[in-house]
Amino acid sequence: MPDLGEYAFAVLASYAASLVLVAGLVVLSLWQRARIKRALAAVEARQGRVDG
Amino acid sequence: MWKYANPKRFMEISSPAIPWAAGLTLVCLVVGLVWGFFFTPDDYKQGSTVKIIYLHVPSAMMAINTWVMMLAASLIWIVRRHHVSALAAKAAAPVGLTFTLVALVTGALWGQPMWGTWWAWEPRLTSFLILTLFYFGYIALWSAVEDPDTAADLTAILCLVGSVFALLSRYAVNFWNQGLHQGATLSLDAEENIADVFWYPLLVCIAGFVLLFVTLVLMRTRTEIRARRLQALLARERFA
Repeated sequence: MPDLGEYAFAVLASYAASLVLVAGLVVLSLWQRARIKRALAAVEARQGRVDG
Repeated sequence: MWKYANPKRFMEISSPAIPWAAGLTLVCLVVGLVWGFFFTPDDYKQGSTVKIIYLHVPSAMMAINTWVMMLAASLIWIVRRHHVSALAAKAAAPVGLTFTLVALVTGALWGQPMWGTWWAWEPRLTSFLILTLFYFGYIALWSAVEDPDTAADLTAILCLVGSVFALLSRYAVNFWNQGLHQGATLSLDAEENIADVFWYPLLVCIAGFVLLFVTLVLMRTRTEIRARRLQALLARERFA
């Protein structure tokens, strides 16, 4: 770990906040993808049965 | 180029591209940030706070460039009515907003020890804050309008207006030449550019942020295309 001196809070807080924001976006995007995929598959299966 | 505007074609092409883009994103971000954080010296003026540059500059760049991408996609929607372009703009907005928030937070954390204040109402910071509000407004407008084509039309107009502030965020320092924020960090002029010891890891971090943007926008556009299909199928069920 490098010696950040008196600016340790500013540097570490920057990295922590960025990690939280970007990780939050990635998790949200993955969750939305899974939710929509699941819902679409269910509707397609249901309509496939009805159409077929 | 327009063949990619076909949703089916877009889904076929983007599917194999995402794992590659995600892998390269991870490599660039890990290499760039580890290099910048652990293996670069402190700046003679700014001390260890210079390590914030590896987050602040790429995120600020991408916050503005994301809006430019949304502008291009919105113009394509307005002119050619390609749904994938409207959905790509919608998909990019939360990504741009996140980059904007990263730039604002890291900027405040960097500004406090260097300027003695977390925030100043000066041209660059203020135009950047307004750009953030435009991102929130853009996302809210998409959610507020039920008909997707009307939402795409209205958000495209909002995007055109917001582009003024995206440009101001970048060039405010040149226009007004006042305020606390310095000019461009990166320059093609070697004399003005930052020292190579900071420049190379910064370049890798910028590549990582660009790839992160590409990965997330591809993934989120695919989700939007699926969501649009889901809406269409549910509407068909209701009217059957």
